[in-house]
Amino acid sequence: MKQRNEQLPPGIRGFLIRMGQIDRRWIYLAVAVAIAAPMLARLRFPEVPGRMAQATFDAIESIPPGSRVLIAYDFDPASAAELEPMANAVLHHCASKGHRIALMALWPLGKQLADDAIRDILLEYHPEKVEGVDYVQLGFKTGNEGVIKLMSTSIAEAYAADASGKPITQIPLLEGVRTIGDFQLIASISAGTPGAQQWVQYGDSAMPDAFKFVAGTTGVQSSQLLPYYPKQMEGMLIAIKGAAEYEMLVTEKYPVTRSADRLALGRERMGPQFVAHLLLIGLIVLGNVSMLAARGWKGAAR
Amino acid sequence: MLQRTIPLLILSASGLILILSYFSPITETWSEQVVSWFNILAGVAFVLGAGNLLAVNLEKISSKRPGWAYSAITLVSFGAMLVVGLSKWGAVPDAKHPDVHLAGSQDSTQAGYGWAYEYVLSPLTATMFALLAFYVASAAFRAFRAKNFEAILLLGTAFIILLVQIAAGAFLTNWIPEDSFFAFLRAESLKAIVTEVFQTAGMRAILIGIALGTAATSLRLILGIDRSALSKG
Repeated sequence: MKQRNEQLPPGIRGFLIRMGQIDRRWIYLAVAVAIAAPMLARLRFPEVPGRMAQATFDAIESIPPGSRVLIAYDFDPASAAELEPMANAVLHHCASKGHRIALMALWPLGKQLADDAIRDILLEYHPEKVEGVDYVQLGFKTGNEGVIKLMSTSIAEAYAADASGKPITQIPLLEGVRTIGDFQLIASISAGTPGAQQWVQYGDSAMPDAFKFVAGTTGVQSSQLLPYYPKQMEGMLIAIKGAAEYEMLVTEKYPVTRSADRLALGRERMGPQFVAHLLLIGLIVLGNVSMLAARGWKGAAR
Repeated sequence: MLQRTIPLLILSASGLILILSYFSPITETWSEQVVSWFNILAGVAFVLGAGNLLAVNLEKISSKRPGWAYSAITLVSFGAMLVVGLSKWGAVPDAKHPDVHLAGSQDSTQAGYGWAYEYVLSPLTATMFALLAFYVASAAFRAFRAKNFEAILLLGTAFIILLVQIAAGAFLTNWIPEDSFFAFLRAESLKAIVTEVFQTAGMRAILIGIALGTAATSLRLILGIDRSALSKG
């Protein structure tokens, strides 16, 4: 039986085979263009909020104003491009709803990211918020899951003072707070270990039903966290798409009048992702067509 | 003898206390103590890590092994950040204690530490992460070939996820009525099938396996059957 590659004209077959052996630098150039062009053109696409983004939004909405919320910045600048948009949206959402917010970090550089968020989001959109009363920056604490375990029995043991050195006994927001069970909601914006998985294993499992737990995560880490949704995690934001969907929900209900671009980063970054994904699909198709041209259907299966 | 017995006793006691704390409120405060030790040790591990970094890179430089220049850059950067951070070089004076230099804040870019974080560390780490996009594209082009049934499954899954993660997925499948038999082919349904059925099932199996393995290893350590953690090498 005649194989398919033999049915192709030699010129086309040769061209397809050559395309399959294309130098990787051409691929790099194509990726660079696919990412840079939509960024420069500020290309945006409409997003429809998915179930998980909606669940995250609903979890934060469902607790009464004035509730205590703990946001853990469990990532660093390497994954900030993917996670910072959702961290910003969560912070703005909590502040807009009137929750009292404690920020902390299990990653050494998470503290700086939380500082940036306080300056660029919290105080930019909610200048009336008072440190110690409406928000507190606890800072970074070494010890990974040990910190979570300790906070589930005594926060004072883990954090004797906030990041500025003020004893937590003198911070009004933390008055009466003994463990993480005294928070109504915990959000971990997580790029790996320690992160959302450890919060579930050592925090949520230590006191189930004491608080709602939501997570924001990188696309790579999401597969590790999916088994915990929706039982242990009320909501989950996955990668930049999750951030874009959640941003839409938050800014629709709590619009901002200035510096709006800071709460549109997720949607802005979906543009490059859109084109880059299409390029990847195109490359995969090209690679397979080239393989078939070289070997035929039967040869490809060998 | 004591060098191994005492650490083994500490290890066993700590493990037992942490297990008991889940079942008895009496041991809860003991577990707080044990976890505090853990956190202190984790802090000490930073110092040990720094010592190890020095030892490994100094050895590489002194023996002029390939890539020794990178080790030199690592050590210079490490030393510079250590000096700038510990001395609080350029720190913004604290409002309450303007005369006490060490009370100042070094979070802003006016301070050396803040400047290095904002203009050196952040862009460098973000750049490293961003390079993944180029490698992923090149690897996908070369590796995602439908050579056999397993490869076709992998390829198909990648195809679906790449498509449904962008607006194109919804654009291509939104014409399928939500209440029709073919509704499972809509982008959001395909995504849910892949992530919440196949992926979650696989991950649950892996997680249960890891949990059983962790429990077995922990028991071996607590009971002193496995003493590899106490050996030097």
